[in-house]
Amino acid sequence: MKKILIIGATSAIAQEVAKIYATQKHELILWGRNSQMLTAISQDLTVRGASKVSVIAHDLNDFSRHEEFVTNIWKDSKTIDIALLAHGVLGDPRKAETTQSELFKLLNSNFVSHASLLAFISTEMIHQGHGTIAVISSVAGDRGKQSNYVYGSAKAGMTAYVDGLRNRLFKTGVHVLNLKLGPVDTPMTKDHKKGPLFGKAPQVGAGIVTAIEKKKNTVYLPFFWRYIMWIICSIPESIFKKLSL
Amino acid sequence: MMLLPSWGLYPKVQNQASQALESRFASLPLPDSTILPRGLGRSYGDSCLNNGGTLICSNYLNKFISFSSETGLIRCEAGVTFEDVIKLAVPKGWFLPVTPGTKFVTVGGAIANDVHGKNHHKSGNFGNHVTQFELLRSTGERLLCSRNSNPELFKATIGGLGLTGFITWAEFQLIKIDSSWVDQEQIQYHNLNDFFAIAEESEENFDYTVSWVDCVSSSDVRGIFIRGNFANAQSEDNFKLHKEKSLKNVPVFLPEQTLNRFSIRAFNELYFHKNISSHKAGLVHYEPFFYPLDSIHNWNRIYGKRGFLQYQFVVPYKNDAGAALNEIFQVLKKSQMGSFLAVLKTFGNLQPEGLMSFPKEGVTLALDFANYGDSLLKVLETCDSIVRSANGSVYPAKDARMSKQSFSTFYPQIESFEKHIDPKFSSSFWRRVR
Repeated sequence: MKKILIIGATSAIAQEVAKIYATQKHELILWGRNSQMLTAISQDLTVRGASKVSVIAHDLNDFSRHEEFVTNIWKDSKTIDIALLAHGVLGDPRKAETTQSELFKLLNSNFVSHASLLAFISTEMIHQGHGTIAVISSVAGDRGKQSNYVYGSAKAGMTAYVDGLRNRLFKTGVHVLNLKLGPVDTPMTKDHKKGPLFGKAPQVGAGIVTAIEKKKNTVYLPFFWRYIMWIICSIPESIFKKLSL
Repeated sequence: MMLLPSWGLYPKVQNQASQALESRFASLPLPDSTILPRGLGRSYGDSCLNNGGTLICSNYLNKFISFSSETGLIRCEAGVTFEDVIKLAVPKGWFLPVTPGTKFVTVGGAIANDVHGKNHHKSGNFGNHVTQFELLRSTGERLLCSRNSNPELFKATIGGLGLTGFITWAEFQLIKIDSSWVDQEQIQYHNLNDFFAIAEESEENFDYTVSWVDCVSSSDVRGIFIRGNFANAQSEDNFKLHKEKSLKNVPVFLPEQTLNRFSIRAFNELYFHKNISSHKAGLVHYEPFFYPLDSIHNWNRIYGKRGFLQYQFVVPYKNDAGAALNEIFQVLKKSQMGSFLAVLKTFGNLQPEGLMSFPKEGVTLALDFANYGDSLLKVLETCDSIVRSANGSVYPAKDARMSKQSFSTFYPQIESFEKHIDPKFSSSFWRRVR
């Protein structure tokens, strides 16, 4: 039986991952903001077979409490086998271009809070000497484009952070996984027009579980985004800057 | 591109918005237009369409709330599918109390249409096994509905076609099984009298009965009667689940000529004779027994882009069901509009829970027709008049064309039902028949 910490547990993708672990009778610790939803999710996971589910309802952008919460999680659980960071917001990309509050919301919710949490989580993981840290990033971080570069830059920051963390933790026995997701049909993207490239949350959730199991370093989900991003990243900047992507 | 069509792909809707309810705690979206709850859209006609309005989708309401493997009582959100329930319950020795011919329906949709299955003669409709649910009204009220709490709304919502409010979660009772296998028997019958005789003989000893009927053969009405019971514990794979992934898919719409009276006749001929002996018995898994078409995804596309119409009616025994059935079979033969798949079954006398529920004691026939247009509509109107005079009714979940007059004759309780409709809720079906 594994102990799995899921941060941003109310996200649709996180829920799919949690369902799989619940069916495998693992123990889950869910951290998110909406306590009502966390309770509903913990009921669902219990019905599906989780051996134990506990919840922490607290705003992840309250950075001052990160250390305290992370320390308490390890104090209660002794070890955590898998820590998945799944929180984030799409926000309003247009507003973020000009409004500081929206800009900071996007950067904090998509990078700063992750960097802060990972600092404390990695300390605990190093101390226990094993485990996997998996972070949900985005293909938007591979190349900045006008439609959502604030979100994208936060994710790009995270990619660099996670790569560096993996490098640093390698010798300690702790594995670090970067999950680069394409758009997925979830409440987060409810206002977006769904095309054939939209992933389905259950499939993406299953892909995350497999990537964790196989100790992958960086994974694109759905897989074809690796090739799409390879093409997008190969476009020379002199041309790219003229495109409206 | 058509937005959220019904399963029959007819009628087509052009002007229909959709939104999802984000959680069971969220308040109901209230756009300027009317709204209608939407599950997996397995209703064939327009009872799951809201042209000019908004569909409120339940796809994010996919959580279980509680389940007791001792008692089999389960509580879940309305968007949980029958497949989800099966995957959870079968390994623990439980099964759906009543299931239609597909597991791709939601719990909310099953209540709204008060679905029935092969065990109607023993277990009634799905609504008979529902203990309680929460109904979210456009006023913002959340009403707990059961046989004791808001009992009138409970009865109006079961079979209420999604018009009384949005079901957020429901609780129902599962049935105990010893294995996921079914002891099945198949018997050929060569006329309606044979069918009635086998049905009567089977009802006491078999939990599940149904029959496939060939209504295009030139001889008398013939078919295969299928009956079964969940099998006792088997030595291995006692609670084996169905395979989730299927490679069988209908990826594109087939040309409209694919199903014509010759191919349908050929299919029926082959299907009738697939039993080499006239009586065959054996063990089958629940998947092919209950859900023979689920393994072919998007099978509705075999009728082409024009879509197809289902027609299901019930006629009570006491009005000489046989005569009415024969009359309808004659009409169909004369019209040369063959039904690819026709299903004939008897309904028992268990009182349905819902005010507007479709099943009643008698015999039911379900047919599907490629969308031949006006000529088909005329034939079905003739069938309606036969059903009307036999005191029967037509199933709204499968209807796309019945007249106002037919609907109010089939469902005289419409007046008392109407009082419970949420003023913000409506559907294409409702505006058509009312």
